[in-house]
Amino acid sequence: MKATMDKRHIQNQLAAINRLNAKDETIIRFMEVCGTHTHAIGKSGIRQLLPDNIQLISGPGCPVCVTHEQEIEAFLSLAARENVVIATFGDMLRVPCSRGSLDEARGEGARVKVVYSPLEALSLAERNKHLEIVFLGVGFETTAPLVAASMIKAQKNGLKNFSVYSLHKVIPPALEVLLLDERVQLNGFILPGHVSTIIGEKPYQFIAERFNKGGVIAGFAPHDILEAIIMLLKQRNDVKPEITIQYNRGMNADGNPAARQVLEQVFVIDDAWWRGLGMLKNSGLRIREELQELDAAKKFGIVVKDYTEEVPDNGCACGEILKGIKLPGDCALFGKKCTPSYPIGPCMVSSEGTCAAYYRYSQYC
Amino acid sequence: MCLAVPLQIISINDDMAKAGLVGLVKEISLALLPEVTVGDWVLVHAGFAIHRIEETDAEETLNLLRELGEVNESNHG
Repeated sequence: MKATMDKRHIQNQLAAINRLNAKDETIIRFMEVCGTHTHAIGKSGIRQLLPDNIQLISGPGCPVCVTHEQEIEAFLSLAARENVVIATFGDMLRVPCSRGSLDEARGEGARVKVVYSPLEALSLAERNKHLEIVFLGVGFETTAPLVAASMIKAQKNGLKNFSVYSLHKVIPPALEVLLLDERVQLNGFILPGHVSTIIGEKPYQFIAERFNKGGVIAGFAPHDILEAIIMLLKQRNDVKPEITIQYNRGMNADGNPAARQVLEQVFVIDDAWWRGLGMLKNSGLRIREELQELDAAKKFGIVVKDYTEEVPDNGCACGEILKGIKLPGDCALFGKKCTPSYPIGPCMVSSEGTCAAYYRYSQYC
Repeated sequence: MCLAVPLQIISINDDMAKAGLVGLVKEISLALLPEVTVGDWVLVHAGFAIHRIEETDAEETLNLLRELGEVNESNHG
């Protein structure tokens, strides 16, 4: 019964999208920023259900995919230390750099432990005082607060053998870079639900105010994403771009202030390198000086090589795919040399990467 | 990576809680969402409650996760 109702609801939404669609079939491009949206769109087949002129472009919202090649090398340097155990979310394991991946390092004897939560990394540190547990802090505003909370807990419990290598990034500066790039043609954004659970709607206001584009913060069910598309089409027809919330059940308009307070207690905003986007001002989260005993980069003297050095060109188009300039099918390696079993670029590694989602769910890209 | 799963709070001990879903019980942290009580439903991301939700909404999110094949998998980060 419920499935029938859901199906009817989706059909009604698709009819609404057809009604609101541009009559002259002008190309309308919306970018879904979040990797979880990319995965959901692929899985549900939404892209194929939309009118041909409405295109969904995937953005830089898969944290694994935007982790810079040279940071993966830093992970490998850490993993090579004799008494270090790397604790990481599973997605990072297979991301390759020219020196290999964490998974390969593990095969060669490095201690790499996959954890579901940084709390597990804390338990590891409690139980193994003779080892140094280094948690790889990769993720956006959704994840960074809980890594911060874990660091506060480690400090409170006097844990000396726990540290974090922070590569956390924040989403709004990446959106600004896309909006400033004239090669990226967009009519609006489907904004990430759970990043917004933390940051709320305010940090996106510049999209409407400075760039005259709309954005809808969306949930992750197919009907949420279709609803967001309907809202964006209405904004377009009314020539009234604004930031609105579709995902009311998963967030408050002002986000989660307690989580933001924890974030500020531990991190300061700093410049950060994004794979494909380059160095973005004020887009990363660095561990505060006061907490440097918890900062793995300081503790182990990790110096990342000069990022401006050319990364060897292996033909991977992830950089342009992350910006929505190219689609996976435009990359010569896609589906041939580069597959989920043998990924060459990060967009193929994570199940939330654009290439992995296209490879898995689309026959027509 | 930014998935969050709805769980219901079963018991609270300081800033930690036991939270469950159809027989599965997990220990989660309330450090980012201090004002919850037993019986509340919360969205949990990588072991931390990040938002309180209504029970009806929890059900909807669960259905979605089942469709995405993420329930019963190690959905982290």
